[in-house]
Amino acid sequence: MKSILPLNRHLIQRLGFGLITFMAVLTVVPIIVTVIYILVRGAPAISWEFLSGFPLEGMTAGGILPAIIGTFYLTIGTAIFSVPLGIAAAIYLSEYAADNRWTRLIRISIINLAGIPSVVYGLFGLGLFVLFLRFGTSILAASLTLSIMTLPVIISTSEEALRAVPPSFRTVSISLGATRWQTIRRIVLKEAVPGILTGVILGLERAAGETAPILFTGAAFFLPRLPVSPFDATMALPYHLFVIATQVPNMPIQIQYGTALVLLAFVLTMNIIATVIRSRARARREW
Amino acid sequence: MDKIVIEHLTLQYADGTESLRDVSLGIRENAVTVLFGPAGGGKSTLLRCLNRLNDLTEVRSASGRILIDGENILDPKTDVVALRRKVGMVFARPVVLPMSIRQNLCYGLELAGEKRRYKLDEAVERSLKLAALWDEVKERLNEPAIALSGGQQQRLCLARSLALQPEIILLDEPTSGLDPISTGKVEAALQELKKEYTIVLVPHSVQQAGRTADYAGFFLQGELVEYGDGKSIFTNPRDKRTEDYVTGRFG
Amino acid sequence: MEKSLNWREYIITRLVKASGYSAIVFVILIFFFLLREGLPALAEVPLSALFSVRWYPIEGNYFGILPLLTGSLIVTMGAALIAVPFGIGTAVYISEIAPRWMREILKPLVELLGGLPSVVLGFLGILVLAPFIRRFLDLPTGLTALTGSLLLGATAVPTVVSVAEDALDAVPRAYREGAWALGATRWQTIWRVTLPAAASGVLTAIMLGIGRAIGETMTVMMVTGNAPVMALSPGSFFSPVRTMTATIAAEMGEVANGSVHYHVLFFIGLVLFIISLVVNIVASSVLFRAHKRSERILS
Repeated sequence: MKSILPLNRHLIQRLGFGLITFMAVLTVVPIIVTVIYILVRGAPAISWEFLSGFPLEGMTAGGILPAIIGTFYLTIGTAIFSVPLGIAAAIYLSEYAADNRWTRLIRISIINLAGIPSVVYGLFGLGLFVLFLRFGTSILAASLTLSIMTLPVIISTSEEALRAVPPSFRTVSISLGATRWQTIRRIVLKEAVPGILTGVILGLERAAGETAPILFTGAAFFLPRLPVSPFDATMALPYHLFVIATQVPNMPIQIQYGTALVLLAFVLTMNIIATVIRSRARARREW
Repeated sequence: MDKIVIEHLTLQYADGTESLRDVSLGIRENAVTVLFGPAGGGKSTLLRCLNRLNDLTEVRSASGRILIDGENILDPKTDVVALRRKVGMVFARPVVLPMSIRQNLCYGLELAGEKRRYKLDEAVERSLKLAALWDEVKERLNEPAIALSGGQQQRLCLARSLALQPEIILLDEPTSGLDPISTGKVEAALQELKKEYTIVLVPHSVQQAGRTADYAGFFLQGELVEYGDGKSIFTNPRDKRTEDYVTGRFG
Repeated sequence: MEKSLNWREYIITRLVKASGYSAIVFVILIFFFLLREGLPALAEVPLSALFSVRWYPIEGNYFGILPLLTGSLIVTMGAALIAVPFGIGTAVYISEIAPRWMREILKPLVELLGGLPSVVLGFLGILVLAPFIRRFLDLPTGLTALTGSLLLGATAVPTVVSVAEDALDAVPRAYREGAWALGATRWQTIWRVTLPAAASGVLTAIMLGIGRAIGETMTVMMVTGNAPVMALSPGSFFSPVRTMTATIAAEMGEVANGSVHYHVLFFIGLVLFIISLVVNIVASSVLFRAHKRSERILS
């Protein structure tokens, strides 16, 4: 009797661990495989002409420069609106807000903003920025829409980074005659920069890859010239991929994979930069 | 001459706990006044009132007056920033700011608007000498302060407060994490400092109180039970509760 | 000098506070605009027609949104069936079983999955997954609810993993050590002590994951076949469906401003907004109540 029981429990553990490990592997391996697959099938399409040229012959040939530039503009536009606002909101939540009903309402609002479907953001952007404020289908409208969508990510990660700074720093700073804002600026913000930066990059990375919010607010099917003003519409990588994958007949597969690769590379690079910043900051922390 | 006069100070926190009950005492200039007693007695709270640091916590009600040089610092119109430069504080755990030794020391001065390099250098040297730390770090002023040992960090915190040339220095169990040698260095520094400054100390043991006090007040659950001369309160306390605590019958 | 400092401090404090409240403003703004453009649909289309089973807006003026609702539902359920076990399993692995070095590799990888643009997943779905499913299951087309569920499950997994892993991490070490001291194996500890202790966080993870699945647009639009039929039987899993999100994305470009179709699409957006609102409020109140309970227990 005694010898069977422990064996049983440990056997169950071995099986259980094995199952869980298997599930984790099954979750993670496809990610690696996917990235490699796109890399392999898209690499042949990558050339200087591809990256710097315009689409030709109804998109079935040529390059994707306007889409690359467009995504670049949209990312910058999103950053301009969402980063200052997001960080300021995070500062409020971390340093100023009392634990009352209003603060809870703010937090619920942020969680909600994070959960709203991206296409609903598109509708909202259409209703407010494109039509009501008459910005038209433009980089401006699309950037503003993407900014509101990116706000919750920036606020959450920034707040976490600010809260990670030890409270004792604030106490000491105040005891040496600093005001609250001086304390925030000189110590708290400074120490939270890596965490905030990581959050900003991850947020912008997601904005760069989104299609639905820009569908009706700024994306154009094809433009013969690069956009010159914020009121111009623009092509963009994610929308371009969607278009050539579903709307263009006789689309060479290689160009499709090439476009996917460029978009993936853009997103991956930002991801890697953010991860590196985070781990380096953790190693260099002076507390 | 009393530098600080506390009159009928009563303090209650937002969660209802009463921290100080009708405390009145006077703190002599250029002396070490020790506030001692078991945990929860209100000593730290009183200390934090003296530089209005309790503004940072949820205080429901505070009544009474605290006069420093004759002015009531509990008045809402008080310039708390100027107050905190005049009344410096050293905390129980050494908290060095995440910067170099030099930057730690100059932090308060730069906040006050001091930009002149020579003035800052002067303050750095002066305060480190007062805290008996100059010889140990004078070659490494630009290194991160976190690299110092615990005892050195605490003396750095003392120097940091001194850099602002305060008139009063508050110390809340400053040697609680330190080894006996570092503790001795801090206590010696205090004896030197009291010639120029007014010192209020919460000790972490009765023995430390006995070693350092010129005057001492015994606090029990928010009340000031007894206050008197540093020597006699430990050898000949008037109140039975003080005697019980000093002799170790409770604590 | 002190005066100007006070002034600056005051302005900055006001700005920061306004930024904090802006989140509330945006939610209200979004709700307002959805109402503004979506409510007219209720006036223009009788309720019985709106909640009927035929969605042929262009060909026949049929605005029944039920097929779209069922489409979203079946795809989301399928996604949940995948995301929940794999998400929680991976979270348990990362938090309780994996050695430290493995954790440092896995977490960024899962985060990477979360960062993959939905259009890239949809793209691979069309070119790789759909043909595979068609051949493997011998179906007329590979663009089915199943395909959508698989990809959607993959999209939701990172959300589930990160929230669940945080919740598991937050369980105090003392709980586990107590169980070990009583002779439990690590496996038993995980299932009988750690997971139950993290239950509210795990529940929140599942809800947020489902929320993410409901709201996904591009992936489903590209791989679910876009056939607005009622998806009620398990068999519907293997045939094309249409989700609410895909409908809006696909048809918004072709409608005239102010037309009935336009208003109905906004109405669908309103429905999606309300669904996500409900899911998120429930999720955060679960977390909030658990927080208070744990504070009471631990104090």
